[in-house]
Amino acid sequence: MTAKVITVTSGKGGVGKTTTTANLGVALASLGKKVACVDADIGLRNLDVVMGLENRIVYDLVDVVEGRAKLRQAMIKDKRLKEDLYLIPAAQTRDKTAVSPSDMVRLVDELKPLVDYVIVDSPAGIERGFRNALAPADIVIVVTNPEVSSVRDADRIVGLIETENKGPGQLIVNRVKRDMVKRGDMLTPEDIIDFLAIKLIGLVPEDERILISSNQGTPAAMNPGESKAGQAFINIAKRLTGEEVPFMEMEEEEGFMQKVLKSLGFGGGNGKSKSEKPARAAK
Amino acid sequence: MANWLERLFGGRKQASGSVAKERLQLLLVHDRSDLTPQQVAAMKDEILEVIARYVEFDAENVSIDLTSHDRESVLMAEIPIVPAARQNQTAPSDA
Repeated sequence: MTAKVITVTSGKGGVGKTTTTANLGVALASLGKKVACVDADIGLRNLDVVMGLENRIVYDLVDVVEGRAKLRQAMIKDKRLKEDLYLIPAAQTRDKTAVSPSDMVRLVDELKPLVDYVIVDSPAGIERGFRNALAPADIVIVVTNPEVSSVRDADRIVGLIETENKGPGQLIVNRVKRDMVKRGDMLTPEDIIDFLAIKLIGLVPEDERILISSNQGTPAAMNPGESKAGQAFINIAKRLTGEEVPFMEMEEEEGFMQKVLKSLGFGGGNGKSKSEKPARAAK
Repeated sequence: MANWLERLFGGRKQASGSVAKERLQLLLVHDRSDLTPQQVAAMKDEILEVIARYVEFDAENVSIDLTSHDRESVLMAEIPIVPAARQNQTAPSDA
């Protein structure tokens, strides 16, 4: 077994990298894959909290890199799932320079025979931490929000990924509010795909269950029936495994007018073709 | 549909989504080419200066724009040239 390495990055902070990493980890595991999530945000670790594993940390990534612990000792297994989901936490009291890109490649190489997927949570920014997270990647997922500064930063990241021969990235548009898109008050996923010119792999709706689940330390993908965002992450995980899943996530949030028109027998097809339209294939 | 209704009844100003799109378009063009809007303006002036040395053009209908397609920046220029026959006439007329 040799794992596929997925790095989750964004440029801008606060767009949902860590949430995406935790949920994709859970989602891939729930599809029966063995998964290891690696927190590359050294000094500002958070993936442990979002995954709800913060009380079980003994050794961290820097301990492994510096030889104080074996890789296995730093792998925390999520016991809530019957499948294999592990976290390798970041160090909290060190900084990004404690690890080099080649350290990351070595650590991930050691992980590869143990799992099917390694998901690396990149820190914000384009400096050392980002370079560390990018170094071992086979696939790069760029997370953005439908908002000018976040798409601008994503564009920069997409360019850097290509320069490093890790491209083309794949896009997740997170926190989409369908009602605002319909009102014309939000960049549409189609606009963002046109700008960034990379393949779309997921649309995640804004969902308060995400905050609730991070309060509780149980990623929303653990209970996809309760959360549209959780279901969206399951769909992304399926696409990562090669399954064709239509982009239906946004469909359920129909506006009031659509519902009225539908109930009156007018198909209310407006908008449907839009959100189902798959992104143009990456080049 | 919702947009259409709003436009009909609300008469509201440009929706913020399209403002975002326009601003982003400009930002990305400048980020990708590493040129400031001032530099782009200066470049346009200089290009036109050179062209003016060779031909007469219709300055009012000139468009020179940096755009992006599939992450590649393209400088698109449309500079209508005044036909040689009409040049040097003080008041060109088709009569």
